[in-house]
Amino acid sequence: MMRSKTAAAPFALWMTLFTVIPLGIVLWFAFTDEQGQFTLSNLSSIGEYAGTFGLSIFLGAIATVICLVLAFPLAFTISRAKGRKQQTMVMIIMLPMWMNFLLRTYAWMSLLENNGFINQFLRVIGVLADGQSVSLINTNGAIVLGMVYNFLPFMVLPLYSVMVKIDNSVIEAAQDLGSNVFQVFGRVVLPLSLPGMLSGITMVFVPAVSTFVITKLLGGSKTLMIGDAIETMFIGQGANYHVGATLSLVLMVLILVCMAITGMVDKEGEGDAA
Amino acid sequence: MQTTKEIIKLKDITVSSDGEQVLSGLDLNISDGEFVTLLGPSGCGKTTTLRIIGGFVTPDSGSVFFDGKDMAKLPPYKRPVNTIFQRYALFPHLNVQDNVAFGMRVQGKKKTEIRETVDRMLKLVNLVGFNERRIDTLSGGQQQRVAIARALANNPRVLLLDEPLAALDLKLRKDMQAELKNIQKSLGITFIYVTHDQEEALSMSDTVVVMDAGRIQQIGTPQDIYNEPKNAFVADFIGESNILDGIMHEDYLVEFFGRKFPCLDTGFDKDEPVDVVIRPEDIDIVPANQGHLTGTVTAVTFKGVHFETIVDFKGFKWMIQTTDYYPVDSIIGIVLNPEDIHIMKKSEYSDMFGDYSSYSDEFDELGNPEVDLTEDTAAEVEE
Ligand SMILES: Nc1ncnc2c1ncn2[C@@H]1O[C@H](COP(=O)(O)OP(=O)(O)OP(=O)(O)O)[C@@H](O)[C@H]1O
Ligand SMILES: [Mg+2]
Repeated sequence: MMRSKTAAAPFALWMTLFTVIPLGIVLWFAFTDEQGQFTLSNLSSIGEYAGTFGLSIFLGAIATVICLVLAFPLAFTISRAKGRKQQTMVMIIMLPMWMNFLLRTYAWMSLLENNGFINQFLRVIGVLADGQSVSLINTNGAIVLGMVYNFLPFMVLPLYSVMVKIDNSVIEAAQDLGSNVFQVFGRVVLPLSLPGMLSGITMVFVPAVSTFVITKLLGGSKTLMIGDAIETMFIGQGANYHVGATLSLVLMVLILVCMAITGMVDKEGEGDAA
Repeated sequence: MQTTKEIIKLKDITVSSDGEQVLSGLDLNISDGEFVTLLGPSGCGKTTTLRIIGGFVTPDSGSVFFDGKDMAKLPPYKRPVNTIFQRYALFPHLNVQDNVAFGMRVQGKKKTEIRETVDRMLKLVNLVGFNERRIDTLSGGQQQRVAIARALANNPRVLLLDEPLAALDLKLRKDMQAELKNIQKSLGITFIYVTHDQEEALSMSDTVVVMDAGRIQQIGTPQDIYNEPKNAFVADFIGESNILDGIMHEDYLVEFFGRKFPCLDTGFDKDEPVDVVIRPEDIDIVPANQGHLTGTVTAVTFKGVHFETIVDFKGFKWMIQTTDYYPVDSIIGIVLNPEDIHIMKKSEYSDMFGDYSSYSDEFDELGNPEVDLTEDTAAEVEE
């Protein structure tokens, strides 16, 4: 016991310095006014951001679902591949992550712009007339695309890491007992992948909901997500740390609630299969 | 055995992996209700043969027939066979009863029927009260029995069993052997059973298929295999054998150790070189001056029922099993009756087996736990 306590000391210090204290500061800002007096007015002013919160969670959820649908078969295919092939595939999935996040998003910008690569291409092949363009950028679709593109690896990797532990013989046993492809998936692969799915959902949903870079670059000035709202409260002219802190706090609570719901659904799924 | 209706037929099956031949030209016919055992050393292709029947391996060439129909296009889940996998392959996310119920749930059986069958199966494999246990809290032997219950619960026409008793202790293994044999008889299921335990193979099967290096060496009843081994490999693998070079002068007359012996075998060319098999338990020891051959005892091991006596005949060592004790260095004679001598054609296995010159207790697999540990069955117990 003593030893494990000593070993945990640096971690406790780290947590205190960089998690507990900052959280305390956020709390303090959220519940005080400019004079440092206790107040609930910040909280009550949050109401006007309800739409922003709603849109953020909506777009984040869509991106998460798309990631899940794309990542599941991908991760499963990788997990069944042999030796070197498997390593190569994992590398290819991780490769974009080694490139700067901003750079990747800028790249999408130049693809989606009205005079971007895609529109130019459509004009060249004659689908669009000269001067015409499909509006790709500055749409909610572009934001979701950016989220999916940037966060897909965070779904693939945790899924892959649990799937790779599923023994082939277990899948064969399910087939042997009469399961077709869908039954193998529903009764064996899915329940055995649940832990990876849960962490994948967390790792995609949380950054997607709170992103502001993607909204800014691909969503234009029209769309405001909660990440952008928080950013404006800390940077620039209208900055208001108290409202910003409150927004952050509410976002945190909302994400926790979403995660709790996901967790409950997962548990139920497990109980169902058992 | 009584029914001669053929249920499974393997025809000229060849499988290779990474350029290595795993099975070559395998032909096997299995009758409905038969208990067939595939017997052979580790890596000889037993599991691969089962996987071909189960549909998990596609042979490079050759065909599998079920009830006379080619199964090539039939995926595993549509085949009327169930498998007890060598590594159990239980579902880790399900408890014992849900593992056993898996196949019935997939088929959409009624809840009451499922519950009733699960309880019956758990009783059968001696796991009453284990319904709710998690798989990872079971011992290796218990997991193996869950795997047996899970496959049987599906009521298959053919059951493929890949060393299903390997992880059990001797007493439980004997009980389960009897139990499996019972189940097979009473339900009339065809069993294709894999083991590398020759005693298990001989005592349970209607037909034994001895395999080595991806080829079938001999197919026959347990008695045939034991009494009439086709080549030195089979003779050595099934029981203990002294195997000597001989010359078959004519029908019923063989020469070895410079002496002619009458025997019961026919159908060889004149003066054809042959392998001569003499089982250790068939040899009668007599006083030195009365024997066909005389030799010197070099080692004696007490085995409970008999003494395993190693005797040197002109530099070639034989094993003789006898109930009488002859101390080391005593000179003895032996008498060989025609029915004690079995003649085999020369094969690629000639001169590889049947000499006990290097014999010591270390080679006695049953008596030595270290040898057992090198078998993958022992490794599985730890899993
Ligand atoms: N998936 C595979 N890939 C490559 N080689 C394989 C594969 N499966 C089996 N083999 C090879 O095929 C040969 C036969 O294997 P198999 O598993 O059929 O042996 P076995 O008779 O069941 O042995 P054991 O008694 O050890 O279980 C072995 O040499 C093995 O290395
Ligand atoms: Mg095997």
